[in-house]
Parts: sequence; C-alpha cells; structure tokens
Amino acid sequence: MTPKKETAKEYDVIIIGSGPAGLSAAIYASRYNLKTLVLGTTFESMINEAHLVENWPGEKSISGHALLNKFLEHAKHYGAEILEKQVSRVIKTKDGFEVLVENEKFKTKSIILTLGTKKRKLEVDGEEKFIGKGVSYCYTCDANFFKGKDVAVIGGSNSAALAALLLSELCKKVYIIYRQDIMRCEPVFLDKLKKKKNVEIIYKTNPKEIKGKDKVEELILDNNKKLKVDGIFVEIGGAPSSVLIKELGIKTDDSGFILTDERMATNVSGIFAAGDVRKNVLKQAITSSAEGVIAATSVYKYFNELKK
Amino acid sequence: MEDLNDKNFEEFIKKHKIAIIDFYADWCGPCQMMKPVFHEIAEKFKGKAGFERINVDNCEIAQKLGVMSIPCFIIFKNGKEVDRIVGGMHKTDFENKLKQKLE
Repeated sequence: MTPKKETAKEYDVIIIGSGPAGLSAAIYASRYNLKTLVLGTTFESMINEAHLVENWPGEKSISGHALLNKFLEHAKHYGAEILEKQVSRVIKTKDGFEVLVENEKFKTKSIILTLGTKKRKLEVDGEEKFIGKGVSYCYTCDANFFKGKDVAVIGGSNSAALAALLLSELCKKVYIIYRQDIMRCEPVFLDKLKKKKNVEIIYKTNPKEIKGKDKVEELILDNNKKLKVDGIFVEIGGAPSSVLIKELGIKTDDSGFILTDERMATNVSGIFAAGDVRKNVLKQAITSSAEGVIAATSVYKYFNELKK
Repeated sequence: MEDLNDKNFEEFIKKHKIAIIDFYADWCGPCQMMKPVFHEIAEKFKGKAGFERINVDNCEIAQKLGVMSIPCFIIFKNGKEVDRIVGGMHKTDFENKLKQKLE
C-alpha cells in the first residue's frame, strides 16, 4: 500500500460543480490570479444534455455538450485546474476549508458552490420499474431509440420544448403533458411546437401511472385518460442535491435552494454559491454564468480583505 | 479496448464468464463522459470480467436486447444477461453498483 500524502495541495478558491456557473467563475477567478481548482463531473451538468442551445450570445445554435467543452477549454486556458472527481466532504477548519475527494485532500480559503441540480423524477407508480425501458431523463441520449413510435414529454420548460421538438422529427406522435395552462418555454419554441402536426399539448394534466409488461406501453393521466406510448421523457426541472449544503450549515429555502446576498455570499463566511443551486429567478446557462462571475469577483474581494 | 460489432458480440460474451458491455453513441453526452470511467473500472476489474464497448449506431444487437436508454451497461454471465446499469454516474457509484451486481 502506498502511504497517504500528508501535505494537502492548497488553493485560493475551490469551485465545486463544473457547469456554466462553475466554469465561468473559474475563468474570472483565474484571471484575478487566484489559484483555482474546479471539482465535479461535467456530465452531470444539465447543459450537457441540451441538444441545442440557441440563446447563448455569439452562438446562434450549438449543442450543450460542445458549449460546455468550450467553457472547459476557456477555463483551462487561463490556468484553472479542473479535476473530474466527486467531492465527498467539506470540512471547516480554523483558516479555511478542507475538501475531500476520493482519496485526496485539498485545502482552500474559499469555496464557490455551483452544484447545480439533479433532475427531478415524476414519483409515480411504474417510473422506477421502467427506467431504461421507456422512461428517459435524457432525450438527447435516447430519442433515436423511439423512431416511428409514440412518446410523451412531461414538462413545460425550454428543456421540455426542446425534447418535444427533437422527438417530433423522429417519432410518429409526441404528446406534451404539462400541469399549467400554457407552456413556460420561450414563445419561439412554443410557435415551433404549434407548427408541428404530430405534437399535441395536453395542459392542466399530470402523469399518474406508467404501465407495461417488459417496457413502457401506457401512460395514465390524472384525468384518467390513457395514452398508448412507448417512451416517456421526463423534463420537469431539477432539485438541489443537499448533502454538502446541509453538512456545512448553509441556509436554504424550503426547497433546498441556497440563499445568498447580492454578492452570492452564503451565511457561512468564505462560502459563495452561484447558478441553479441558488435560489434565483431564472435557471439558464447565461444567468448561471453571470452569477458565477459575481461569485468569483466576491471571492477576489474577500481574499483581499483576508490579506489585510 | 476495441469496439465490438454484431459479428463478434456473441463470441465475446460467451468467452468471458462475466462480460460487461457499454452500449454508447457518439452523440450522447453522458456516454462520452462515462468512457474514461468505464476504462478505469475495466482496468480495476482486470481478470475478473471482460469489458468492451459497442456503438448502438453500428449494430443491431442493441435493438434486439431492447436498449432504450444510453449509456447502458449490460452484465452478462456465461453469455446471458443478468442485469443492467443505465445512465451516467460518478466513478465510485458505478463501481459500487457493479460490485453489488457481481456479488
């Protein structure tokens, strides 16, 4: 057995989460000459699954995966270190924090939490049973398996609209099931959806149960209507993953989203938060990036205060 | 690690007492991210199981096996499917699930 290294590598700021918020924060922090480490797995970033991003300034249309890779390259270019590893614990110490990753340990004076959210599940009967057998949480991954078939998309967001638009090119029929009375996606998406002859939006309705033998065959709605479908694509947004947040005693709202001030500072000194994990009014790549930038600037100021 | 195809798939899963096959596609983000994880785990389990990948775009076997979500890791014992793991995940989670299923 190799002995564990006792000397932990030290950073000025460790950013936990490598989506648009984390990587934008990394670009700015590196350019402030802060020794910066980004931890987290990029495949978990929601944007990684967007088959098209059409509202990022300067990019008329780009896949989320490609855009995220550009962010990664950009952050690395300015000196941020990026480690694709899962953080297991963060411990508050006298002069900062210790961040534990698998069998490594890092020290830092400040932290930016850009943890994002995990995709929410429907929590209906049959959902768990049919994961990978017709129930999908990644339409870009799985749309191709449903060529010529009937499918349902659950949700009313931009992601739900994008899923339905992609699926409408491949499938015979696409139902959209949404609990509100109008899709909350950008009107440009709704206009596109309305022009699709094989898309039907069913409003003010929720899924109740998923049925089938070996794979999905039927979706039962709360108005007791039954839809014969082969695939169900769940796009009902995300919830923050709470373990790290709770352990650190960070204040959140009732749904678990982190509360910060306008500088993105949490109630724990030295810890900042940005992006989807934060309680905010919009969950988009561009707003997450902007929040990441503010957080990095606040860290820079915090760091200068510490030096005094 | 070279990709399997329809021709050598059967041979591979029968040759190994335990075989773990990664069904992936180039256009699937989480599949790309799982590639290094799969390679690392394959190295770790060397001698215990055979690891290979197969591109769902270049084979019919994925459809025959009813693969409807990728990345999809199917575990075969003596040439027969015994379990599958679906979706992208952390290395430690993947390793734990695999260990659990191989017990």
